Amino acid sequence: MPEPTPLGTPAPRAAGAPRPPLVARLRSYLGLGVVAALAVVAYQSTNFDLASLFTGAADFFSFFGRLAPDWSALRIIWRPLIETMQIAYVGTVLGTSIALPLIFLASANTALDPISMLVARVVLTILRSIPDLLWAALFVTLLAPGALPGIVALTFFTVGVLAKLGSETVESADPGPLEALRAAGAGRNRTIVYAVWPQVAATMTSFILYSFEINVRASVILGFVGAGGIGQLLYTRLNFFDYSGVGAIVAVTFVVVLAVDAVSVWARSKLI
Amino acid sequence: MSHIAFQDVEVTYPGGLKALKGVTLEIPRGQFVVIVGLSGAGKSTLIRTVNSLVVPSKGDVAIDGASVTTARGAALRRMRSDIGMIFQTFNLVKRSSVLRNVLAGRLGDVPAWRGVLGTFPAADLAFAHECLARVGIPEKAFVRADALSGGQQQRVGIARALAQKPSVMLADEPVASLDPPTSHAVMSDLKRIAREDGITTIVNLHFIDMAREYADRIVGMRDGLVVFDGTPAEATDRAFEDIYGRPIDEDEDLRGA
Repeated sequence: MPEPTPLGTPAPRAAGAPRPPLVARLRSYLGLGVVAALAVVAYQSTNFDLASLFTGAADFFSFFGRLAPDWSALRIIWRPLIETMQIAYVGTVLGTSIALPLIFLASANTALDPISMLVARVVLTILRSIPDLLWAALFVTLLAPGALPGIVALTFFTVGVLAKLGSETVESADPGPLEALRAAGAGRNRTIVYAVWPQVAATMTSFILYSFEINVRASVILGFVGAGGIGQLLYTRLNFFDYSGVGAIVAVTFVVVLAVDAVSVWARSKLI
Repeated sequence: MSHIAFQDVEVTYPGGLKALKGVTLEIPRGQFVVIVGLSGAGKSTLIRTVNSLVVPSKGDVAIDGASVTTARGAALRRMRSDIGMIFQTFNLVKRSSVLRNVLAGRLGDVPAWRGVLGTFPAADLAFAHECLARVGIPEKAFVRADALSGGQQQRVGIARALAQKPSVMLADEPVASLDPPTSHAVMSDLKRIAREDGITTIVNLHFIDMAREYADRIVGMRDGLVVFDGTPAEATDRAFEDIYGRPIDEDEDLRGA
């Protein structure tokens, strides 16, 4: 068997093979130049200093030393950890139940009428352009800090994620069965349940599991802005300089997130 | 009174394409009509005006004197549930079981909540199995639709249409994706069932020999107009050359004998 060509290595050019036209080559050099220039500008305007990375290395490693987990902290970790999972779970469930009807309203092949389709599309576009942390900050301010703003934030975030992934799936469903059911006198809802849902169910379920994965990770971070769960505990421990407690939280969170990912990835692989 | 009446039907598609340019036809109850013509002659459009999947821009289609063309909403859905339709590409939900596909034919008649929840009355379940038995594949009920051969899938399509207990059956190129022997088997099933149940049937075909073999009446279309209307005996090679607008080769379009 021939040696596989490493990725990124251009295929050997046969002698006398035509080269891309000059304009195309100039354009790709120009593109590279722009990328490099932007990097330099960003590097300088953020006062990023490579040297300090190295001078700070000693502090960095001594900090890691102090992170040696204090396992007695598990007593206070397990409850917020469960809360984190619950925030992610409830957020995913609520988000899904709002997202699905909206997706069907926003897809051309399952929409009610042009006006509600447009409204649903605008709503979904707005929802998916707002990141999870922004939602959390917003709802922590609106509602009291705790699990509730976390759940509401993840609900909206889930709607955004699912809308982005789901609407294309619905619109690319085979139109044949839809036509057949319409011809048989079925209305919109029954057509969705019988002709569209069976076609998209596996992909949709996989997207829902994927949003749960994202939500578990997001809900850890959400605590930093006061939205409950393990993140909030992590934040307070950091402020108390309780580094061995922080170490235990980080280790446990790491294992749990890894486990959720593994189970979800496995479940998704079974679906498709 | 005729069962299906096309009155000066014209269809202009949004792009400006005139698919039908004034078709008037009367089809008596129980007749098995085959429509022939080249692709683009307007056969599929004509058949879809019967259940208003395509709405005529002018003229009217009526079933038993009631206009389908002007019907909307629940009234239209009720009329559609009396019209079975089968398709060239079968249009089954491939990931669903055969039985669930056949039950879809009952959707027009069961209450909305049952349709959505999928809890069909026992009588409907029994009837769906009966429909599968009539097309000769009772043992396939719990198989996924995409596990069947093309001929079997089209039989599921016919069973789904039968599950509607229709008085009208529309078939849009039902055998165009099937091999010749299977085509004949499916066509004779369709004809037999139409006979037994007295279903008025309109079939689009572009195979001359099949049209002659199965039709009670042949309607020829060219360029959005009816250019031939007669019995299979009257549909000579000369007549077909006129419909197709060109000479017919000896072995052309003569599939499986």
